[in-house]
Amino acid sequence: MTAARFLPATVVGLILLFLAFPIVVVVVVSFSSATYLTFPPPAFDLRWYSAYFGSEDWLRPTWLSLWVAAATVVLATLLGTLAALGIARLPRALRVVAAGLILSPLIVPVIVVAIGIYYAFSRYGLVGSPIGLVLAHTCLAVPFVVTSVSASLAGMDPRLEQAALSLGATPGGTFFQVTLPLIRPGVLVGALFAFITSFDELVVALFLSGSGAVTLPRRMWDDLRFQIDPTIAAVSTLTIVLTVLLMGCAHLLRRRAERIRTA
Amino acid sequence: MSGRDARAPKDVAWRRAAPLLLAAPLLLFMLAFYAVPVATMLMRSVSDPVWSLSHYAGLADDAVFQKVFWNTLYTSVIVTLGALLLGYPVALALVRTRRWAPLILILILLPFWTSVLVRSYAWMVLMGRHGLINEALLAAGLLERPLRILNTPLATQIAMIHILLPYMILPIANALRQIDPSLARAASGVLLVFVLALGFYITPAMVGGPREITLSMLIAQQVDQLNWGYAATLSAVLLATALAIIAACYRLPGIGNAFRMNTR
Repeated sequence: MTAARFLPATVVGLILLFLAFPIVVVVVVSFSSATYLTFPPPAFDLRWYSAYFGSEDWLRPTWLSLWVAAATVVLATLLGTLAALGIARLPRALRVVAAGLILSPLIVPVIVVAIGIYYAFSRYGLVGSPIGLVLAHTCLAVPFVVTSVSASLAGMDPRLEQAALSLGATPGGTFFQVTLPLIRPGVLVGALFAFITSFDELVVALFLSGSGAVTLPRRMWDDLRFQIDPTIAAVSTLTIVLTVLLMGCAHLLRRRAERIRTA
Repeated sequence: MSGRDARAPKDVAWRRAAPLLLAAPLLLFMLAFYAVPVATMLMRSVSDPVWSLSHYAGLADDAVFQKVFWNTLYTSVIVTLGALLLGYPVALALVRTRRWAPLILILILLPFWTSVLVRSYAWMVLMGRHGLINEALLAAGLLERPLRILNTPLATQIAMIHILLPYMILPIANALRQIDPSLARAASGVLLVFVLALGFYITPAMVGGPREITLSMLIAQQVDQLNWGYAATLSAVLLATALAIIAACYRLPGIGNAFRMNTR
């Protein structure tokens, strides 16, 4: 293990460059004045951003994605938080089955999920409808909510709930005044993950979007087939900023929750 | 209600039922909109057009399937090895240095939080005929004509290693942080990357070669052509392969946590 000390810092630096560089390039290209992708850009220009904000073809999918993600957050957080509260108290055998079903979208290849849902939803008329996307995205987002809330619950002292109940609080009162405030960071982190899961989702959208419910990733995908126009770099940069902000919040929330728990 | 009342028979029954009632809405939701749809689709592999195992039997001498299946496994192996090779030193550095750890973590998380679509697009920008890599090599006089990098298997491998690298680094760093670092716990990064790589669709479709397609791409293609029986069979094979690999590794202590990691 002492060899680790002499591990050249340059190697690690180069690998980190490999990780971050592609993202930096997209951001830089989005501010380029050139129509074609040249690097470094000849001059700084916001034309690709004005192209994006001036185009109904880009704004419509953006609003749809935000709408679908918001609805997914509500549904996934509500169902996921309730389920996490229940699962923690289920008998072991039942708990394993329930957790297996809820967490399975994390390991089932997404193409299998996507075409399975497409197969069923095309019969219910849910292809090309935002509702279909919300239902599918909720299934993909729920594992993050359940794991996040479960982690908060596991870190909670069960005596706090018992104390509230024995002091005469109703189960409902105990939940809203004791349990919920304690698991709130876990619920919020789960909600943020649910938002990003839906907002960035492409494979399910490729099958379910049809022509009536084109999401932003779907619009980007369609565009990339025909051209590589720096407008996509501008859209990408905006989504990077949004996801980094939200995930950064989730990261800080979780770090703070961990500190409270271990304090 | 007092603590003593909580032991009344009616309350005991309620306490038993409450957890199930809380979990039931989500369980029913996931059965209706996820599990039953996927299971019904997979059934087509044995029920289309008539009940038989002919789709599975057909795979034995299906040259297209075999080529695609091996290509998918091969790509996953290369990507896993590449990610391990690049990920291990970074994980080590992340754990060993106090001063640089926050910066290293940011540089890992920044791409981690960026969508697969955007990262694949970034590689299109870098590897294109007039992309950054070619322009730089031409300017340096190392090339006379631009290299074909985009739309080759190499492009898929590089972009997939880039996308999956954080999934390798974070579990290994977690394992190294333990007082008693176990190999099994570190191996959860390898398992996670391999299983995720098996199902890749967007990246190989965007940057990969036109002839080196993955199982996921073949499945999508078959659905487009409405060959549901064949698409369902391929889906079952892909799912079974992923589950078999997880099951084989699951006995190793610490591995079970691989899929609990929700840092994304």
